[in-house]
Amino acid sequence: MPKLLPFIEHALKKPVWDCRMCGQCVLHSTGMTCPMTCPKTLRNGPCGGVRENGNCEVDPEMKCVWAKAFERKDSLPLPKAWREHFNDLRPPVDMQLEGTSSWLNLLTKRDQQVPKGWKADSASSGEN
Amino acid sequence: MSRLRELLENSDEKVFTAEFPTIDGGGMARVITQAERLSHWFDAVNVTDNPAAHAHASNTSVAIAVKAQGLEPIMQIACRDKNRLAIQADMIGAALHGIENISLMTGDDVTAGDEPESRRVFDLDSAQAISVARSLNNGVYLSGRTIKPPTNFYIGAVENAAAPPLDYRVQRALKKHAAGAKFLQLQICYHAARLETFCEGITKVAPALHLLPTIVLVKGARQLHFIHDKVPGIDVPASIIERVEKSPDQLEAAYQLALEQARHALAQPGVRGLHIADFRHDDTLVRLMKDLGGTHKLLHQTGK
Repeated sequence: MPKLLPFIEHALKKPVWDCRMCGQCVLHSTGMTCPMTCPKTLRNGPCGGVRENGNCEVDPEMKCVWAKAFERKDSLPLPKAWREHFNDLRPPVDMQLEGTSSWLNLLTKRDQQVPKGWKADSASSGEN
Repeated sequence: MSRLRELLENSDEKVFTAEFPTIDGGGMARVITQAERLSHWFDAVNVTDNPAAHAHASNTSVAIAVKAQGLEPIMQIACRDKNRLAIQADMIGAALHGIENISLMTGDDVTAGDEPESRRVFDLDSAQAISVARSLNNGVYLSGRTIKPPTNFYIGAVENAAAPPLDYRVQRALKKHAAGAKFLQLQICYHAARLETFCEGITKVAPALHLLPTIVLVKGARQLHFIHDKVPGIDVPASIIERVEKSPDQLEAAYQLALEQARHALAQPGVRGLHIADFRHDDTLVRLMKDLGGTHKLLHQTGK
């Protein structure tokens, strides 16, 4: 079953969220908008290149992923706890998890492992 | 302690920084000429990291060269071209040469430059890179490996107060501040009301974060059109371009626009000074500094 999980997860999440299988899903805290679909794969908010119409610097036809996330965080019926994590400082992507099942990594808490030098606790901006 | 840190943290003086020109050919002679020109008016200069996704002499090498001329560098590090190993190597390399001011940023996309076929990296984002710099200041690499003694970086960041989503920009700046940024250089903003809203917002949630809005000196409407069309994230309202375009003296009209913007920016809460980008390359830079009440400085003694 664990070997099949990545395929099942991708089959379900790709059509809905354009899932890139980073293996450390944060969709719940980003207004159900996948930050890995940002051409710069930014996990902590939009860059400064967002166009005047709210579209992406890289792809003028695409709405900025973070502009979308910012709207959806309030417009979607999400649990309050999820919304409160919107401004969390997310750690760097662990490239070792790419292609693995984020569901399994959530269950095993593998997705919560961060490098020893990462100071997320003291750096988190909490509800700000 | 860097002069920039001393001024921002322990004084009320207005602080002026400038964009150091990129270096391609011309060798050290060009660095010396430019450093001489800027050192009389600016407290520190930003040494860029492949700005607008164009390759130039590297950030670290120019920062070292600038420092050797007695001018204090703010070494920019962009996330576009380097993974987390290379970014940390940049930082530690800078520390090795006594460079204390660093500014971390996402970076324009490769498609903004002249080699759009390049691989984009973005292994870290700017907030993560800021946090990593703070880890180095705490004596550890991201991996947890120790550094003795720790680095002593004065960490900065950038923000675009005028780019959508506008209501999120203050929160994003706050995230960078919480991650370790002490000063924030702002992208040029041609929407006065947006700058006002941003500055007011910052003073409410992060009063200790020092703001340095950017002012760009341009020659006329043509350069304003270029900025509007080509520089990611910058919108120049048609009314502003028209004001310069219809003036009988575009050079003067563009200067008056910059002076007006500079005075307006300096009047905003939380603003501690300005960052100047000079696209004119004439004596207007000196005129602006004089008109803003800047004082002619003796050559700084940081590196000599």
